[in-house]
Amino acid sequence: MKILVCISHVPDTTSKINFTDGDTKFDTNGVQFVINPNDEFGLTRAMWFKEKQGASVDVINVGGAETEPTLRKALAIGADTAIRINTPANDGYQVAKELSKVVQDGGYDLVIAGRESIDYNGGMVPGMLAQLIKANFINNCISLEIDGEKAKAIREIDGGKETLTASLPLVIGGQKGLVEESDLRIPNMRGIMQARKKPLNVMEPADTSVKTEAVKFEKPAPKGDVKLIDPENLDELIDLLHNEAKAI
Amino acid sequence: MSVLVYIESEEGKFKKASYEVASYAKGIADKMGTSVTAIVFDAGEVSELGNYGVDKVLNVRNNKLKNFNAEAYSDAVKQAAEKEESKVVVLSQSANSKYLAPLLAVQLEAGYASNVVALPESTDPFTVKRTAFTNKAFNFTKITTDVKVIGLSKNAYGLKEAQADAAEEEFSPNLSEEDFSVNVESVDKATDKVTIADAEVVVSGGRGLKGPENWGMIEEMAEILGAATACSKPVSDMGWRPHSEHVGQTGKPVASNLYIAVGISGAIQHLAGINAAKTKVVINNDPEAPFFKAADYGVVGDAFEIVPKLNEKLKEFKEKNA
Repeated sequence: MKILVCISHVPDTTSKINFTDGDTKFDTNGVQFVINPNDEFGLTRAMWFKEKQGASVDVINVGGAETEPTLRKALAIGADTAIRINTPANDGYQVAKELSKVVQDGGYDLVIAGRESIDYNGGMVPGMLAQLIKANFINNCISLEIDGEKAKAIREIDGGKETLTASLPLVIGGQKGLVEESDLRIPNMRGIMQARKKPLNVMEPADTSVKTEAVKFEKPAPKGDVKLIDPENLDELIDLLHNEAKAI
Repeated sequence: MSVLVYIESEEGKFKKASYEVASYAKGIADKMGTSVTAIVFDAGEVSELGNYGVDKVLNVRNNKLKNFNAEAYSDAVKQAAEKEESKVVVLSQSANSKYLAPLLAVQLEAGYASNVVALPESTDPFTVKRTAFTNKAFNFTKITTDVKVIGLSKNAYGLKEAQADAAEEEFSPNLSEEDFSVNVESVDKATDKVTIADAEVVVSGGRGLKGPENWGMIEEMAEILGAATACSKPVSDMGWRPHSEHVGQTGKPVASNLYIAVGISGAIQHLAGINAAKTKVVINNDPEAPFFKAADYGVVGDAFEIVPKLNEKLKEFKEKNA
């Protein structure tokens, strides 16, 4: 089985979010970048398939050279080969289009992406990719088993879950549950050394057209201070929630 | 030219979120000088949609579409958009709509903006405001395609009443076998509980509650307020509560009207998942807990004393205001 795991290069959750160039660009100054958490669950599940069922695992990112340390980290976790499409990721459709070419040319059976990236939160790349290559698609996936050409997956729905089956090729929008947090791997020294020698292939984009453009950013208005309520006077809390916040 | 809105129903009935997307579609239609058409699947009584500005309702009655299927529903919505010559298609951000939207966008060759929080700033160019960086910022997105797909964040626009006909019409899309290549084998859904996605109020507990045996008072508060229960990540990781209750960056997002956090310190990953909630209350014995910086109202003190007292008072309040 050939697996491709899509890796978004995103600011760490604790990063300060600021913008430059008249609020048109994300300010990367001092920001630590990581593998998108939703993608990391998928990568770890892919490693499980590799080790238990036999599979090759490639990782891919659409982005500039600055994303390579994130791809190297995925190699250190155990992926075999990394691919970088050398163009900024400007739009979900553009990214999906680039990925679709690699998936088709590479003959991948299973593509695992995160349900959304934690920067733009678009939640569109896996579904668009699946539609572009006419593959089956399962979103919000919290469990995945593969048996030959058949996949069995569980998807989180509002208020419960749903068990689905589909044949390969398949695209997954994954999240926590594919593996547990405690199963995530921290690269060890051996992995990091090996990752340096693993191939990281840079490919030029096929088509950079977009359907949406991020024109500017804005930070939310600063929040007022918390109103502290005396634990002996909980009537005040109820009054505030009812009359001020209109929340009850 | 109508604005098309995909409206979800459950057991044939609409939810509040359905009326919110209808209201929003009406808002766009007014800006563009056109009408609103809704597409619904196997809905019962559709006239209520007329109270939120829906002029026409395409009701799809097809036994194969009784249960949600992303590919097949997407195909049906696409055909409805073509029939109505819609330039804008609006959906909610429920799990099902988020599943369907990217498929639909590719089928319609449309640009898709998700997590949209307001009417377009302008319709030519078509620019919408959406959340990004997990609610830590807003992003204005220009959609450059002829057809646009918009995913509206929950509780971002609200309900706006507007009278229209909601004239019902049967709609039978042409579906192919490929539309059903992902099979739903079984659905496991608690029908007696309020879901985090639908809830107006969410009551959430953290490690400060010391053990799963202490959740009775959280469940009681949820019961009084008609709320959903939720928990922080460590609580679900330790198995005190099911994973389905985990809210936060890697768990479920919360966009309810009210979020009450008990014994949750407010790690940044937790706050990222809940900061779309309108009003946030924190009860914690540590005044330095980061949650106090994110909350609107806070009570510093022992949850085991405060929550039972608060529950009594909430019960009285609910009885008086019933």
